[in-house]
Amino acid sequence: MPKRTDIRKILIIGSGPIVIGQGCEFDYSGTQACKALKEDGYEVILVNSNPATIMTDPTLADRTYIEPITPEMVEKIIERERPDALLPTMGGQTALNVSVKLAESGVLEKYGVEMIGAKIPAIKKAEDRELFKEAMQRIGLQVPRSFSAKTFDKAMEVASRMDYPLIIRSSFTLGGTGGGIAYNKEEYEKLARYGLECSPVSEILVEESVIGWKEFELEVMRDRNDNVVIICSIENFDPMGVHTGDSITVAPAQTLTDKEYQVMRDAAIKIIREIGVDTGGSNIQFSVNPDNGRICVIEMNPRVSRSSALASKATGFPIAKMAAKLAVGYTLDEIPNDITKMTPACFEPTIDYVVVKVPRFAFEKFPKADPALTIQMKSVGEAMSMGRTFKEAMNKALRSLETGSYGFEKMIRPERKAILFRPTAAELDLIKTRLKLPAPERAWYIAEAIRAGLAVDEIYELTRIDRWFLNNIREIVQLEEGVFWQVNSFQKSHSRGLLSGTGGLSAELLRKVKECGFSFKTLSTLTGQSVADLMKTAKDAGIVPVFKTVDTCAAEFEAFTPYLYSTYERPFYNIADPRLGHAGASEKVPACEANPTAKKKVIILGSGPNRIGQGIEFDYCCVHASFALREEGFESIMVNCNPETVSTDYDTSDRLYFEPLTFEDVMAIIEKERPYGVIVQLGGQTPLKLSVPLEKAGVRILGTSSDSIDMAEDRERFDKLLERLGLKRPASGMARAVGEAVKIAGHIGYPVMVRPSYVLGGRAMETVYDEAGLMDYMTRAVAASPEHPVLIDRFLQNAVEVDVDCISDGSMTVIGGIMEHIEEAGVHSGDSACSLPPYSLDAAILDDIRAQTKLMAKELGVVGLMNVQFAVKDSVAYVLEVNPRASRTIPFVSKAIGRPLAKLAAKLMAGMTLEELGFTEEVKPSYTSVKEAVFPFIKFPGVDTLLGPEMKSTGEVMGLGADFGAAFAKAQIAAGNTLPLSGMVFISVRNDDKPHVADTARELLNMGFSIIATANTAAYLNDRGIRAERILKLTEGRPNIVDRIKSGEVAMVVNTSLGAKSVADSYYIRRTSLEHGLPYFTTVAGAKAAAQGIKALLKGSLGVKTIQEYHAEFSKR
Amino acid sequence: MKKAILALADGTVFEGLSLGAAGEALGEIVFNTAMTGYQEVLTDPSYKGQTVVMTYSQQGNYGINQEDIESLRPWVQGFIVKEPCLYPSSWRSAEALQGYLQRHHIVGIHGIDTRALTRIIRDKGAMMSIISTVESDAAHLVKRAREAGGLVGVDLVKEVTCRAAYSWRESLWSLDRGYGKAAEEGKRYKVIAYDFGIKRNILRNLTAAGCDVTVVPAHAPAEMILDLNPDGIFLSNGPGDPDAVPYAKETIKKFIGRKPIFGICLGHQILSLALGGKTFKLKFGHRGANQPVKDLKTGKVEITAQNHGFAVDMASLKGAARITHVNLNDQTVEGLEHTELPIFSVQYHPEASPGPHDSQYLFKRFVDMMERGHQ
Repeated sequence: MPKRTDIRKILIIGSGPIVIGQGCEFDYSGTQACKALKEDGYEVILVNSNPATIMTDPTLADRTYIEPITPEMVEKIIERERPDALLPTMGGQTALNVSVKLAESGVLEKYGVEMIGAKIPAIKKAEDRELFKEAMQRIGLQVPRSFSAKTFDKAMEVASRMDYPLIIRSSFTLGGTGGGIAYNKEEYEKLARYGLECSPVSEILVEESVIGWKEFELEVMRDRNDNVVIICSIENFDPMGVHTGDSITVAPAQTLTDKEYQVMRDAAIKIIREIGVDTGGSNIQFSVNPDNGRICVIEMNPRVSRSSALASKATGFPIAKMAAKLAVGYTLDEIPNDITKMTPACFEPTIDYVVVKVPRFAFEKFPKADPALTIQMKSVGEAMSMGRTFKEAMNKALRSLETGSYGFEKMIRPERKAILFRPTAAELDLIKTRLKLPAPERAWYIAEAIRAGLAVDEIYELTRIDRWFLNNIREIVQLEEGVFWQVNSFQKSHSRGLLSGTGGLSAELLRKVKECGFSFKTLSTLTGQSVADLMKTAKDAGIVPVFKTVDTCAAEFEAFTPYLYSTYERPFYNIADPRLGHAGASEKVPACEANPTAKKKVIILGSGPNRIGQGIEFDYCCVHASFALREEGFESIMVNCNPETVSTDYDTSDRLYFEPLTFEDVMAIIEKERPYGVIVQLGGQTPLKLSVPLEKAGVRILGTSSDSIDMAEDRERFDKLLERLGLKRPASGMARAVGEAVKIAGHIGYPVMVRPSYVLGGRAMETVYDEAGLMDYMTRAVAASPEHPVLIDRFLQNAVEVDVDCISDGSMTVIGGIMEHIEEAGVHSGDSACSLPPYSLDAAILDDIRAQTKLMAKELGVVGLMNVQFAVKDSVAYVLEVNPRASRTIPFVSKAIGRPLAKLAAKLMAGMTLEELGFTEEVKPSYTSVKEAVFPFIKFPGVDTLLGPEMKSTGEVMGLGADFGAAFAKAQIAAGNTLPLSGMVFISVRNDDKPHVADTARELLNMGFSIIATANTAAYLNDRGIRAERILKLTEGRPNIVDRIKSGEVAMVVNTSLGAKSVADSYYIRRTSLEHGLPYFTTVAGAKAAAQGIKALLKGSLGVKTIQEYHAEFSKR
Repeated sequence: MKKAILALADGTVFEGLSLGAAGEALGEIVFNTAMTGYQEVLTDPSYKGQTVVMTYSQQGNYGINQEDIESLRPWVQGFIVKEPCLYPSSWRSAEALQGYLQRHHIVGIHGIDTRALTRIIRDKGAMMSIISTVESDAAHLVKRAREAGGLVGVDLVKEVTCRAAYSWRESLWSLDRGYGKAAEEGKRYKVIAYDFGIKRNILRNLTAAGCDVTVVPAHAPAEMILDLNPDGIFLSNGPGDPDAVPYAKETIKKFIGRKPIFGICLGHQILSLALGGKTFKLKFGHRGANQPVKDLKTGKVEITAQNHGFAVDMASLKGAARITHVNLNDQTVEGLEHTELPIFSVQYHPEASPGPHDSQYLFKRFVDMMERGHQ
């Protein structure tokens, strides 16, 4: 059946900001869908509020709305665009939920929009737990026993009929929000309440626990001809009880016999048919009882998902692209397999390697959050790796995480020399606890348990992780022990036949451990030899990695797409003429499939797993660089290990290496490819950290030199540079001991900002207000030492922070954009909302900022991008920080000004000039763009929502409008912080903020709001004629503010706080607001902007406009 | 661990470690791309004379159990894997892969680059190979592989077929009950299954579809079978070259027009020969569990299990049969039916094992055909 011709225009809904549970995998799928549909001649309309996505690039869809993904806004888009069809399955739960609402409210019917891919009944059957359970029972499949409850009383009633532990799931939430495991009644009461509150329909499902069962997933595709294929099977390392997004997962399934696998496959096919997903992909989760193989169906996602992105990367089969094609009527047998070209997409990929995905967590950012892993997802990113064996893939995955791990490091007395050890009773207890309670480091503790002498069966009883995985880890530990033993016996005996420079390893053992994925770094620790020596020895001994192709078919057919991973394989040879005996043998070489071309090529190093502070923005930049280089005739080569991204789509670059971003792994690719140069400045800190070692190894770094990067990062060198240029920065100093810190701070004057040198994303950065605070910080947070000094900066209170992104070719610098932060300096720039153009700064200061920026770019010899952060106080601009690389704001600025900065930068790095690129003048848009950050607080019960110097946001949204108020209001709506138009505003601010909040309070009153405030704030406002009703704090009696919030009387919350006691006292206000979905502001500047936003909203409803139309506005002028 | 050498007729030599028994295995080297089901592959008599490379890199993960067998013993000549699992994990596992291979004297090799090997077979075609744990002179091994005759023209069926007829009662496997038994009530069809190297799951499927099956040796004379007056004749899968079993072709000719016939794999090929057609050898064949086959009647695609090195040349049938199923990867014939008579056959394995169950409907089709024969 060919594609449908009765539809012409298709609306795709994206997934909005990156949040825990909904990451950049939906940019990958949405981008594929846009490309696939456009390729087939459809007109594609896209809505997504996330500016950091590739899908929202103006060239990707025909018409792109960077607007909030709410039913109201999407209705406006539908009204304006009149699409024929809506594809709801590409944008995660967000898109699905909005689509369901649009269908239910009759909007789709009113405008004659057909839902394609999955229809409402199918979505409901898959999403509604009761309907799903009934459907499964209808087709004879087992599901865990469960009951739903819409009230707390009902929840208690159903629990009384079941045995603990019980799983609580909150209906219609994503990433398992509001869910948990209750081991007893007390925990159950708490979780049931929380789950009911989190569910938009106030419903929870209470489920019989299958904790400890094995967990599997199948990725299924179906076409309109009812052809069904399984793309990938995934087995979770962590058994049931840990959210699959937080689990280590492995493809293909390892421990199912064919008989058992086929039972599961049959079930999956029955399920997709029964649920009625017409076309496209679905993800189905199963649990399997390890003792008797009994299979239970857990859930189904009738859309592309994080797992489908993983499955696509794991197999080379692009599920989202296929799903889009199937949605418009193609059948699987009509679509060719991109990789083999000669065979159709209607088949089941088979792989000849092992894929391991490991989650990356951010608990260091949320010290108060509980790191226990349960059914609510808590990870913020993931790394994937491939190897020919699980052992190899697992070791590669651990170093792909970039958490400082290069393998299974020791966890107990890590400085100890011996591998195997006898733990003390306390250590043994610790190990057992760590095994029993899943947390991010569990995999490492398994290795440690083996070293401590625990038997696999014992570890199994504690973890319920399949013995197959445990035995593989045991084999890794045995190899470690083998290395340790060989090295130490060598030192005693100096036996012969061992490789020099390895501390005494035999070639065979070195090869064996490399085959099992050991990093040279791990070997260095084990042998006491340097990484460089080990690398050289291995190379000389012919122990080098080879590259193999991800080809969907285990080499049955020739692959035409260079999608590669590294592995160590044994060499072999050929005896063409056996009559000559062994003399006729060819050289022994391992088989490498990389086949580098002779073209001029550039390697782009990606940004690795997503984490707070380094996310999709950098992937966006890398993807742009790849596009740019291809345009300029280079062969672009991408290296990355993040399966969620567009950069790891096999058709983004000419060649893709799915590899860890460590020196060892990157060098292996460079030695194979011999590129013209390497781009390190677009992928965030990950590749930047490699620039110096790479340069030392003789690799050409394109663009800004590593020396300039160092000059900007090294505090002392940077200070000298500023001095030379006559630029100001806040007074600062560097302390190597506590006493020195106190002296410096006293000299600078409190408050001061303190942080360890060389940190990312504001790690461990704090504002301290007095000596006591400083002492506390120095003893609690960091141990200052000569090697690890602490930086102390004057904190400019109530200063306005400004971010500047510029681009330079070495001689000319053009400002990309100047962004004024809404939140004052002191809030991490990644967490602050900002406006482009600035909304309060005057022209003179902006010109000064421009001049300073250009001066620094020139002095640093920047070729490519540079980001500067300024603090403006009393009309003086102070330089806070310079980063001669792509910043987090590049995608936002690019979309605000209609110029692809990352793409231009890549071309500059390849040798072009700004003149040649025709970008010589700053673009000054006539409209305003506002970026707002999105936070994961709701996922971490017990965590405060206050903002500070340490970045906490996971994603961002963009709002566009004719003026600041409108743009800000849209950004707030997009961030899920919908501003109220009337009602009661609660204000409670610290003393310093009282004068500043008064104007905002007055404005809110004038707009018809009423104000309630805590005693001091109320008194202050009433004294100034601003009517505010006093409300009790939680500790002051009842009814208090929490009661008022809970009873739904409060429309918006403004709360600022300072000092440990005050912060603790007001914590519950912020947390209750968050949990009740109230718009809340924890800075006065934020509240002030909110008032402007509300004003804009009251003026009339917000319109929608495409990014292409916005850009046309100033290109006309 | 003991060393082993694999030498191919084209001169390629891999040095690895011994897997299974010590000794030598001389066979035609082929690869199988199924990610699960090594136990079924090992015990499939169609692999007689062949050394099988499993393309998935980790084999033996779930061990060997009592149930997942397609015949009483492993038949492969040699077995090649990247990494065998020493510590299998499965609630059904009874022993590890290595011990099983050793017990059955199967010689294998592991620790070699099986992907590179697969690419060589893909590019140069299936060829003779030798695995040895006793000979260290690789040149000599290459020479022996080169001098060994191939499988063309060799009758391997006589080595795998049953000695005497037997009846079959076992039905399909399920998770909670294991293998079922033939139903006692309901209409049953009397089927004679010619054993050219039959896989048990075919018999289980026939039983489940309502057949009372009697398995007979490949050389069972047609006259004797016709005397039994069965409702239908089934022609099984089996190893090697269909041209090497002319006696089977002659037997089948005698059933044409007298009994409904269903053939699978080698049975399909021999049936084609009996209908006047020809077969030819594929470069490296189809072996795996992911081959797309299109049913030309319904337009639907089924994912199939396959294991064959020869294929039917459709043109050679000169209109005696029409093509019903085609392989979407290379457009080769996957199924055909007689233009007038109740006769059909498929090249692939609807009984799967290992592989998907998409094509189980064919057993029902056979039963329907026999039912129409009654009317």
